[in-house]
Amino acid sequence: MRVVAIDGATARVESAGVSLSVSLALVDDVAVGDHVIVHAGFAITVLSPEEARETLAIFARLGEA
Amino acid sequence: MTPAPGDEARALVASIGRWDGRPLTFMEVCGTHTMAAARAGLRSLLPPKVRLVSGPGCPVCVTPVGYVDHAIALAARPEITLVTFGDLVRVPGSRRDLEAPAPTLARAKARGADVRVAYSPLEALAIARAEPAREVVFLGVGFETTAPTIAAVVIAAAAEGLANVSVLGAHKTMPEAMALLAASSELTIDGFLCPGHVSIVTGPEVYAPLADRFHKPCVIAGFEPVEILRGVDALVRQAAAGRAFVENAYPGAVRAGGNPRARAVQDEVFEPCDASWRGLGVIPGSGLAMRDRFARFDAARRFDVRLPAPREPRGCRCGDVLRGAIDPTECALFGTSCTPDTPDGACMVSGEGSCAARWQNLEIGP
Ligand code: SF4
Repeated sequence: MRVVAIDGATARVESAGVSLSVSLALVDDVAVGDHVIVHAGFAITVLSPEEARETLAIFARLGEA
Repeated sequence: MTPAPGDEARALVASIGRWDGRPLTFMEVCGTHTMAAARAGLRSLLPPKVRLVSGPGCPVCVTPVGYVDHAIALAARPEITLVTFGDLVRVPGSRRDLEAPAPTLARAKARGADVRVAYSPLEALAIARAEPAREVVFLGVGFETTAPTIAAVVIAAAAEGLANVSVLGAHKTMPEAMALLAASSELTIDGFLCPGHVSIVTGPEVYAPLADRFHKPCVIAGFEPVEILRGVDALVRQAAAGRAFVENAYPGAVRAGGNPRARAVQDEVFEPCDASWRGLGVIPGSGLAMRDRFARFDAARRFDVRLPAPREPRGCRCGDVLRGAIDPTECALFGTSCTPDTPDGACMVSGEGSCAARWQNLEIGP
């Protein structure tokens, strides 16, 4: 999911029209625009840009299917 | 140029299909892999000589019945609000009255217990803040991915001085269970498809002993069907080459060293302990217990609950299923009394459970 806003230790993330508020307590160095994997309301990792692109491509294809 | 997933998937299926050596059995050790593989019908795409069995990776499934009894007993107390991930509410506890249906948290709730389903342990914090007169207990079940989220919530509660929130914990760690299965003579596993999200936190290094000591190929895979196929293909290649090492086929998300921050948060709150797994028994060092410093957040210590000896559901072979020793369809209850609508055992409750996944698969057809 893509980080669209950061407010202290909380971020708003979005993916395919879904918007969530997630805790950043478990990750370092997150910036707006980064892609994160979310588990149980927490961002657990920041994806590398290549991985984010590939994952998005897969999601986009699933969306088409 | 990267190929489209459809092309790549076909190429991977063809590559795996060329395997013509000894039969290979790989274990996927992650409930999300079980579910994803079932949805995509991946098992039917594999050649007869490459078999994928499910392991003990569904958190709700490996949680022993005694824990469910404990949770139901807590929910029965009038001052307690029990907050839990959704799957757990339908898992049967010990059945003592054979005339009545097995007790579950859902049935307790129907009789008036305050049981609330949450997506995140953060919701327990919010409830504790909003309802200071309630004792809020969160059911902390899960592996290395979930334990840091629970730990973060405990740390936040301590920092805020929230006195009415606690966790009934049954956290487990994967590598110890995998080592037990690797050493087992019941089932020969030729390699492990390692869990993607667990590995994000632990890093690939935790599987090194499985590769080095037990000579089992270990490949970390993501959750898209094509990513799972990539993992299986890598396992076949290692097996074909007679090699065993840890391979990271999910590199964008899983990094060397994992997520050190998440582990530091987890270590602040938890320490390793022996843990009881459904089907596998007590495995030394495979659980996480709350450190004494956080004892007041430990629901097991905070509330004195006396429980009779637990009883597994009669006829349910979840334990054998979790070890990969039988296929779910070999259980006599599968599809007769036990279906996702009327589950007899935990493995049929959770979407990540092997029995539920197999059921879904059969409904979709091969
Ligand atoms: S089919 Fe039902 S009763 Fe049989 S092992 Fe699975 S969960 Fe248990």
